[in-house]
Amino acid sequence: MIKVTIDDIEIEVEEGTTIMNAARMIGGDVVPPAMCYYSSLPGTGGKCRTCLVEIAAGSTKDPRPMPKLMVSCSTTVQDGMIVKNRTSEKVIENRGAVVEFLLINHPLDCPVCDQAGECDLQDLGFSHGKEGSRYEEEKRTFEPIDIGENIKLHMNRCILCYRCVHVANQLTDQRVHGALHRGDHTEISTYIEKAVDNDFSGNMIDVCPVGALTDRSARFKSRVWFLKPMNASCECTKCSGKAVVWMFGKQMYRVTTRQDQYGEVEVKDGKPEWICNECRFDKKDLEQWTIEGPRHISRNSVISQGHYEVSKTNLLK
Amino acid sequence: MGRKLLLEHINVPGIETYDVYRNHGGYKSVEKALKTMSPQEVVEEVQKSALKGRGGAGFPTGMKWSFLAKPEGVPRYLVCNADESEPGTFKDRFLMEKLPHLMVEGMITSSYALGANTSYIYIRGEYMFVLEILEKAIAEAYAKGWLGKNILGSGYDLDLYVAPGGGAYICGEETALLESLEGKRGNPRMKPPFPAIKGLYGCPTVVNNVESLCTVVPIINIGADEYLKIGTEKSSGTKLISACGNLARPGVYEIELGISVEEFIYGDEWCRGIANGKKIKALIPGGSSVPILPAHLITKTATGEDRFMSYESLSDGGFASGSMLGSGGFIVFDEDQCIVRNTWNFARFYAHESCGQCSPCREGTSWMEKVLHRLETGKGNMRDIDLLAEINKKIEGNTICPLGDAAAWPVAAAIRHFREEFEWHVTHPEEAVKRNYGLLKTPSITL
Amino acid sequence: MISTLETQAKRPPFSPEKMAEVQGVIKQFPEGKQKSAILRVLHIAEEEFGGWLSPETMDYVAGLLDIQPIEVYEVATFYTMFNMQPTGKFVFEVCRTGPCMLVGSDDIIEYIKTKLGISKVGETSADGMFTLKTAECLGACGYGPMLQCGKVYHEHLTPAKVDALMDEYRAKYSSENNNN
Ligand SMILES: Cc1cc2nc3c(=O)[nH]c(=O)nc-3n(C[C@H](O)[C@H](O)[C@H](O)COP(=O)(O)O)c2cc1C
Ligand code: SF4
Ligand code: FES
Ligand code: FES
Repeated sequence: MIKVTIDDIEIEVEEGTTIMNAARMIGGDVVPPAMCYYSSLPGTGGKCRTCLVEIAAGSTKDPRPMPKLMVSCSTTVQDGMIVKNRTSEKVIENRGAVVEFLLINHPLDCPVCDQAGECDLQDLGFSHGKEGSRYEEEKRTFEPIDIGENIKLHMNRCILCYRCVHVANQLTDQRVHGALHRGDHTEISTYIEKAVDNDFSGNMIDVCPVGALTDRSARFKSRVWFLKPMNASCECTKCSGKAVVWMFGKQMYRVTTRQDQYGEVEVKDGKPEWICNECRFDKKDLEQWTIEGPRHISRNSVISQGHYEVSKTNLLK
Repeated sequence: MGRKLLLEHINVPGIETYDVYRNHGGYKSVEKALKTMSPQEVVEEVQKSALKGRGGAGFPTGMKWSFLAKPEGVPRYLVCNADESEPGTFKDRFLMEKLPHLMVEGMITSSYALGANTSYIYIRGEYMFVLEILEKAIAEAYAKGWLGKNILGSGYDLDLYVAPGGGAYICGEETALLESLEGKRGNPRMKPPFPAIKGLYGCPTVVNNVESLCTVVPIINIGADEYLKIGTEKSSGTKLISACGNLARPGVYEIELGISVEEFIYGDEWCRGIANGKKIKALIPGGSSVPILPAHLITKTATGEDRFMSYESLSDGGFASGSMLGSGGFIVFDEDQCIVRNTWNFARFYAHESCGQCSPCREGTSWMEKVLHRLETGKGNMRDIDLLAEINKKIEGNTICPLGDAAAWPVAAAIRHFREEFEWHVTHPEEAVKRNYGLLKTPSITL
Repeated sequence: MISTLETQAKRPPFSPEKMAEVQGVIKQFPEGKQKSAILRVLHIAEEEFGGWLSPETMDYVAGLLDIQPIEVYEVATFYTMFNMQPTGKFVFEVCRTGPCMLVGSDDIIEYIKTKLGISKVGETSADGMFTLKTAECLGACGYGPMLQCGKVYHEHLTPAKVDALMDEYRAKYSSENNNN
């Protein structure tokens, strides 16, 4: 075990732990925001640069500060390292700049976006963004496309975290979408029209931190904060069958994975509980599910405003 | 005449062919290394020579070699970085095109030192004609027993291949290069791990510039002690400078490090001054990403000392009043050139070449390009100048690879030294649009 | 603007000789790392199959290298040398970067546009002969303005030299097509 101090809080972690994960063990606002890193998807991280932190001391052996800010999601801790996150002005300033970069080409179309209310970028803009924009140029635009029967891609909103590409690489047997072109022309696409149709492809909707990939079967039906999330499970041969069903009265509007406070799929016994497309898109009948109880949304977002407690019996009445 | 180590025989007719090259001392370094030295001794000799990497960063080559991990049973690779795409830089092409066997020889001697049995030359795709020249030289080297199994009966085996890129400056960054060589998009990797630990196919790898590897040949031939006598204390040896822009005689020159900048620009042996009898306005001494120097800081430093063509003298004064030797891409501006237009041009280059992985570079470079384009075409305002300075501070240091810095520095330096010119574009929008900078005043001189 | 007949003729698969070349390239890389050959194979495929990379061509290359088609699309679109659309018979890629601009590349680009009767970079002349593109620094900065056509660099350009070049390529095209 090695010792690391983050925002004046000391913690012991195993060697090889990243700063991000050490911070998550402490919890609260010591945790840097992550837009591209996703712990259940090896290979993610390092791209968005929102998780930049200051290293005030590299280690006990070499206590010099690091000249550049480092990405906490991909930098491993050293014994005696001192990290500054919200206590560093430099971090706050540069993270603000990263948020500005992420927003300059973003359409800011939250009023018509299905992700509004559970969008990491919205949250980030709220906590770190500036008022008004200094960007006077034209924004880049793409046409929205359907990738397959169930998934809508709004490239305008994409922040190029590459999480969906990793989902396709790691959960499906054949990836048909990817990152095309380069620089600020980079886009997520299939190049030629091809359906993304695969047992686990729907999980890319859940890992998308913004409203770029949305569930066509639930599009525009309702604002998420009007829906009541319930933990539910079903017998499924393909996946764990553990999901969250989002109810409006007795109607089931959508099905998602169970996500923790960082918006990541829950992990049980070392296995991420991804759900299959059948559970997500086809099982929209209450009878197909066993309701376990209301779902607490622990993340700091608009959806947690709609706090409620309903008993299972009440709902099923 | 300064001493020539690389271009000594450049004017010998047929030097690109095996026989002529061999008759002029070619492949001697391979003989010396394989027959009389252990790989470790070759590494030590290069270390002793204090050769600095010629690709731009100037990292000591011998030190890089000494970091190479050597786990049992895992192949090691040497990869030559022939992606040469930094604007103003065209020396590697010159070397490979005119002296293909020097490149091959450098690869063999260096691969032997590193214990690599397969090596690659990754060359930018646009240099397909150079690739063909190299492949021809490689075929000759195989035929003469310098490549393949049991070279010179030493028991050492080496296969050498050339692989083309497809048009992407970013593949000059060493980890993007390795991704590209693995057949992927040229997205730089996060470091650590460095290529010396995990490089090509996850194996320990050394990536070196063309000129660095070619320079290993004379270092082994004459020995590090002799090599150290050339150049300055901190910049040993010779360096190829590719001189371009508004010079009377642009071209590739081999200089002894430490000659004066004034001599290089105006000397008869070198660039012979500014084209068309004009005056010099600015200089970018080391490829597009290093800071621009205004006229008064070119031949003299801020403290009034003479400025020399060496790593230490060109960077004298830091970013405030100095620049860098970089890749040796020496770009000269005459008095009629517009700094704003050139800054915009370079910003467009970096925006075009950003791989697009990380947000500060992807968004920031194209934002700077757009703002600069407005300024250049007379549609900017004073706020834009400060905005540019702000954006580039927020890109610098916050990206995965140094392309972000390379894009930020030229903008920062141009505003630092030529702010009035940016302001002039704001206050004189109509004149700014009308000025014509493409003047077809090419000096028709070939080397 | 290649005629339909021509494009039909220039489609996968490779001829036996080209296939042997491609197999040779694949063998330059360790077992299982055949994806490394992709850029070189795409260059060869582009040359063989009509000067651009159609989805059909890319899918064919994916098959040869035993990878998913999307992996080829990702790579082909990243690198700017590949034409993702059909082009004219000859593509003039004029360097537009700083050092070339200092010696007049802007004027050369304008001149070629006028000569070809096109209004934008990227367009093809009405006779389908030339496409004008711009490129970033091609490593010929001391010999600018310059352009690349196929594998050949043309340096120290002047309007007169551009005229001569166009005539040369036109002549080359008609002689090649008369021999067929
Ligand atoms: C954006 C970028 C582009 C680069 N382009 C080149 C290049 O074209 N050629 C080169 O030799 N090095 C280039 N480099 C430097 C390489 O990353 C690396 O440092 C170099 O190949 C090491 O070789 P050397 O130590 O022999 O100089 C580039 C670096 C960056 C960040
Ligand atoms: S700095 Fe630019 S080029 Fe380098 S990894 Fe980031 S986006 Fe790519
Ligand atoms: S979360 Fe660390 S860089 Fe994106
Ligand atoms: S700038 Fe045109 S070739 Fe380098």
